[in-house]
Amino acid sequence: MTTPAVARLSSAVREEPVACDGLHAEYDEDSYRLAIPEAGVERETLTESEFETLAADHERYVQNWAYWNEDRADADEAFLRWLEAADETAIPDRYESLRAGTARSWGELRIEVRLVDGKRRYEIRHTDDAGRTDLDRHDEPLDARSLVTEDDDGRYRPLKTAPSLPHGWVFPDLTGRACVETVEYVYPATVANWYLERQGELDVDHWEATIGRQSGIYGVVQTWNRGDSYEHVNWVAEACCADSQCVKRREWEYDDETELDVPGGDGAFPCREPCSLVIAAARKWTRLEGEQEQRYEFTLTPSEKEQVEEIIDAVADGRAAEIREADTADPANRYRARYLRAKRFDEDDNLSGTPTETSE
Amino acid sequence: MQALVVVAHGSHLNPDSSTPTYRHADTVRETGVFDEVATAFWKEEPSFREVLRTLESETVYVVPLFISEGYFTEQVIPRELRLESFDVEQWDSDGTSASSTTLEASDVDKTIHYCGPAGTHDAMTDVIVRRAESVTDNGDVGDGFGLAVVGHGTERNENSAKAIRYHADRIRDSGRFDEVRDLYMDEEPEVDDVSDHFETDDVVVVPLFVADGYHTQEDIPEDMGLTDDYRTGWETPAEVDSTRIWYAGAVGTEPLMADVLLERARDAGADVGSAVEQVRRDTRAGAD
Ligand code: SF4
Repeated sequence: MTTPAVARLSSAVREEPVACDGLHAEYDEDSYRLAIPEAGVERETLTESEFETLAADHERYVQNWAYWNEDRADADEAFLRWLEAADETAIPDRYESLRAGTARSWGELRIEVRLVDGKRRYEIRHTDDAGRTDLDRHDEPLDARSLVTEDDDGRYRPLKTAPSLPHGWVFPDLTGRACVETVEYVYPATVANWYLERQGELDVDHWEATIGRQSGIYGVVQTWNRGDSYEHVNWVAEACCADSQCVKRREWEYDDETELDVPGGDGAFPCREPCSLVIAAARKWTRLEGEQEQRYEFTLTPSEKEQVEEIIDAVADGRAAEIREADTADPANRYRARYLRAKRFDEDDNLSGTPTETSE
Repeated sequence: MQALVVVAHGSHLNPDSSTPTYRHADTVRETGVFDEVATAFWKEEPSFREVLRTLESETVYVVPLFISEGYFTEQVIPRELRLESFDVEQWDSDGTSASSTTLEASDVDKTIHYCGPAGTHDAMTDVIVRRAESVTDNGDVGDGFGLAVVGHGTERNENSAKAIRYHADRIRDSGRFDEVRDLYMDEEPEVDDVSDHFETDDVVVVPLFVADGYHTQEDIPEDMGLTDDYRTGWETPAEVDSTRIWYAGAVGTEPLMADVLLERARDAGADVGSAVEQVRRDTRAGAD
C-alpha cells in the first residue's frame, strides 16, 4: 500500500535525488534507486511500484524525510533537529525515543518531542514542572508572551532570560513551527543566535565596542575607561550575567583580545552583547564609581559585622523574601535587621553614628 | 515574503509600556497581510539589535512607534538596526514629514524600508479624533467641544512640539471641534490651566504619547487638577473650573493606532491589500 509520504517521496525523487538521515533515493531514466545502508537496503533499477513497496517497508525513514522536507527556516530546522538529537541518532533509535518522548532544556524551558500517530508533536513547559498534571493548557504560541511577563510573585520581568520564569502552564501539543514560535516569545532571538553560533557566524560585540556605540545619557558609560575599568566590567558580568541571574551564556568579553575573569556560564544559547539592562546598570555604576573612597570607622560586634555581610548576601542572592519571620537564627532575618538598626543607627540613619560626609 | 517590524521604547520598570505596541502588532498580524509581524524594543527583547535576524522575510518594513522624529528615529534605531548607510537627509524631512528610506542592514541579507515614526503620519490625526470619540463614547463628538492635544514640549526635542502642532492644526482645519489647542507639559501654553484656553464647556484632552505611564497617568491628571492624588483616580468627565474635562489618556493605546503602522508600511511600498480599510472599520468602538 502506498502511503501519502511514500507517494510524495517518489514524486520528489523524480525532481532531484533525496538524501536524509540514512535514506538515499535517486531516479534516472525510468528507474529508481533506494539505499538505506543501516537497514541493509541497497537496490537499483527499481520500477515505480517496486520502489514504493520497498520504501513502504521502511516507512519511518520515509516519514522522517517527509517531515524534514517541509518548508522552514534554516535556524528553525536546526533547532528542531537538535531537540531530537537528529544528527547523532540513527532512525531506529531515534524513533524509539520519539515514541516514548524525548526532552531537552532551553533555558528554563523543557521541550519534549514525541510521535503521535506518526507525527511529531512538541510540548513546552517549565523544567521544574516536569511530571506535573495540574498545569494550565495553552495552544496559541502568542499566549506565551503574556505568560512570561511576570514571575510567580507577579513581579515584572524586565529581562526575559532571567531565571525567574513563572510556573504552572503547558503547551502540550504544538507543531514544529508553533514550538519555535513559542520558544521565541519566551526567549526572543535565542534560536537565531544559537544557530549563528553553530554555523561559526555569531557576531559577538564585546564590552568595549558596545559601550563605544552608546550615545545620549548612556554616553557617560564611555568615560568608565580608567585604568581599572577591566576590573569593573568583571564585576558587572559577575553581578548581572552569572547563571543565577541570566540563562544566556555570556560570550562577550572585555574586548577582542581581553577575556574577562568570570566565566560566561553554561547556558544553551549565547549572549552576543551586553543587554540594555546591563548598560543601564553600568550607567549607574559609572556614576557611583566616580566617587573617591574614604575611610570610615564603625563599631560593631563580630556577630554584627557578619550580620551585615549576611544581609548583603541575602539581598544579592534574592533570598531576603524567603527568610522566615521567626527564624532569628538567620542573620538576615527581618527582626534581626530591625534590632541592628534600632541599636546601631542614629536618628539620621547613620550606621554607628558615623556621618557619610566626613569633611566637616 | 514581507515582514513588519514595530520598534518601540519599552521599559525596564513598567510592563504597560510595551502593551500598546504588542496590541497593535497583533491587530496587524491578524489581517494576515504580512508574512511576519514582529516587535522590538530599546529596553526589552528582542532588542533592535537582534530582531532582524529572527525574520525569514527578505523585505522588511520597520515602523517606529514613536511620537516624533528625533534622537530615537534618527540615531538610536538606525544605529542599532545596523542601517549603516542611513543619513537623516534621506528622509528630507521638515521635522514631521519623514516617510521612508530603503537601506540594507549589515548583519542580514534583507531589504529594509525604514519608515518615519507613527506619530507624524497624517493618519495619526484620525487616531486623535478617534480617541476623543472613544473617551466621550460619542462617534460624532465635536460640536460644542474643545480639543486639546498635549505633548512634552520642546525641552528634549523640538520636533516633539512640531508633531503636536501639526495634528492640532489639521484637526482645527477640519472644523469638527469648536476649538482646538496644542498644550504642553513643560512650556507655554501649559496643560495646567486647560480651562483658561477654552471657551467651550466640554474639552477633550488627548496626550500624544505612545503608552500610558508616569506622564499620562500621574503627572498630567494632577497638573490639570483632575485629581489631587493620581492613585485615587478621577472622573471622566471631571469638572475643573466649571469646564468638563474628558481626559483620554495616551493616544497610543487607541486601537486605531494599528492603522497608522499599516499606512506607514503601505506608503513605503508594502502590499497591505484592504487591511487599512479593515482595521479602520474593526477598531471602531463597538465593532465586532
Ligand atoms: S548581558 Fe548578561 S544579563 Fe544581559 S542578556 Fe547577556 S548574559 Fe544576560
